[in-house]
Amino acid sequence: MTTWNALEVGTEGPSWEDGPLTVTDFVRYQGASGDMNPIHHDTEFAQKAGFPKPFAVGMRQAGVLASWATDWLGPANVRRFKVQWREQAWPGDVLTYSGAVTAKREEGGQRLVDVEMVVTRQTGGTHLKGWATFVVPD
Amino acid sequence: MDTSIEGNRGKPFRVVVEEGKVREFARAVKSSNPAYVAEGQPQATSPVTFLASSAFWQDPENSPWGDARLNWERILHGEQEFVFPGPPPGAGTELTAEARIDRVYEKEGKRGGTMTFVELVTEYRDGSGAVVAEARSTIIETSQAPGS
Repeated sequence: MTTWNALEVGTEGPSWEDGPLTVTDFVRYQGASGDMNPIHHDTEFAQKAGFPKPFAVGMRQAGVLASWATDWLGPANVRRFKVQWREQAWPGDVLTYSGAVTAKREEGGQRLVDVEMVVTRQTGGTHLKGWATFVVPD
Repeated sequence: MDTSIEGNRGKPFRVVVEEGKVREFARAVKSSNPAYVAEGQPQATSPVTFLASSAFWQDPENSPWGDARLNWERILHGEQEFVFPGPPPGAGTELTAEARIDRVYEKEGKRGGTMTFVELVTEYRDGSGAVVAEARSTIIETSQAPGS
């Protein structure tokens, strides 16, 4: 478990690689979450909506980013987690998950860290940005 | 978009944090953390974004959208936030969830056209009535299909 003294502003978590993404990855998330929107697995449907092919479920990568953050800072310690989607991710993409501490603070008798995170495509494009707050044990 | 939907509430619904669903969800978001996937005991906490999936298993009356007509080809999920006053709820926890349309507002898009933002909030309360999680989704309706 990462401790208070081991974290400074600028401390980075160990980055993750996810991919190449497959439609099977999307379907697995869709089955687990119940979001069966065909735009993520049905090529004909996606093309009718104006996309070249099915694209990744945004909430899947938000979930993977949360997995990344909780492996680093602890599943029970998360207090806030926010993501904003930028460009779509596609089958074949290799995504990199990374992030760093942006603030250390004490509030209501608790020690907290704020972290800023990003999920980047192999093209260098940003798929999503994230912000989280975790309590940190001594 | 009909802005009068602001303040609409869905009928509260029961959510049980199920052990097997937690494990399945954690695997789908690439977690091998024993806190979520270890067999033989209910998990003490659930994955951060797990509760968002509860909305997909509800009836229309639990949704705050009411009769609002959304053009789904022009809808983007722009932002999603989760707030937890303590650790995320563990497996076996029974929660009562209620969704509401918290805010509806418009902005001019960078490439012209009006974008409508809808902030949907779902509160999850435990048996004592305390809020244990709040999920806030920002949905954006664009003036043309995102893929076009």
